[in-house]
Amino acid sequence: MWGEPMKVVFQFAIGLVFGLGLVISGMSDPAKVLNFLDFAAIRLGTWDPSLAFVMAGAIAVTFSGFQWVLKQKQPLFADKFHLPGKQELDPRIISGPAIFGVGWGLAGFCPGPALTALGFGSSAAIVFVAAMMVGMVFARWLANRPSLSRIAPPADSI
Amino acid sequence: MTAVTVFTPIASLAGGALIGLAAVMLMALTGRIAGVSGIAVRLFPPHEDHEFAGRVAFVAGLIAAPVVVLVASGRLPVQTIQANAAVLVLAGLLVGFGSVWGNGCTSGHGVCGLSRLSLRSLVATLTFMAAGIATVFVVRHVG
Repeated sequence: MWGEPMKVVFQFAIGLVFGLGLVISGMSDPAKVLNFLDFAAIRLGTWDPSLAFVMAGAIAVTFSGFQWVLKQKQPLFADKFHLPGKQELDPRIISGPAIFGVGWGLAGFCPGPALTALGFGSSAAIVFVAAMMVGMVFARWLANRPSLSRIAPPADSI
Repeated sequence: MTAVTVFTPIASLAGGALIGLAAVMLMALTGRIAGVSGIAVRLFPPHEDHEFAGRVAFVAGLIAAPVVVLVASGRLPVQTIQANAAVLVLAGLLVGFGSVWGNGCTSGHGVCGLSRLSLRSLVATLTFMAAGIATVFVVRHVG
């Protein structure tokens, strides 16, 4: 009814709300993330538990919101909900997050905050995001190799 | 040297709620999971659907957020990046590869997946948390 342009405007607004959430919660600051991951700091008194509160706030809203949204017949601007249907565990659901977690612990950036960091105008964020994009494209290329499908079954493309 | 940060329970809870609001809005409007790694990798070809413009808009919104904060409050929030260029490149490659290889990152698995009570997302979230905690421990406290 409102058409494609309105949908794109909404997606910008949603990205903005997401980004404001990252900035306000403090997660756009890698130092806060690293100070959360530093569990040895609990006994030193310098541990920053903020990230747990971000997750709690985000999951509380998302969990309740999804209850309502997913009861609807369809999304406002699409004909169906695109939900991952795959449920069984496979090697990729361990190895991927393990590799991601090491990178996260090294610099304190995960993809959302890294993209938002570009808006701070920091050159460090540009370096990180450029490398991240290379890693992402390579992972997708590798995942799509037919020879790999036996050992690493593809997940849903959503 | 480790930068000291202040525990911000209220701001973090409120910011988290905004992230959740964005995830719910994206699902209600487009029927898609708000997974930043999935959105980011699909900015690149091959394009499997016609959602490209929307993904660009979402990422533009993410990048615009600090600018909006700057305009509204007159100053940028603190951001301390201590990693040097070599570490940033290595970390970026690992974060990019791992998040796409594992079909999600902190947002897709950590927020949306856990909210859908997905076992895969629970395993993924526990794994990247453990790997992140172990990495920080080694970098800061070993050797």
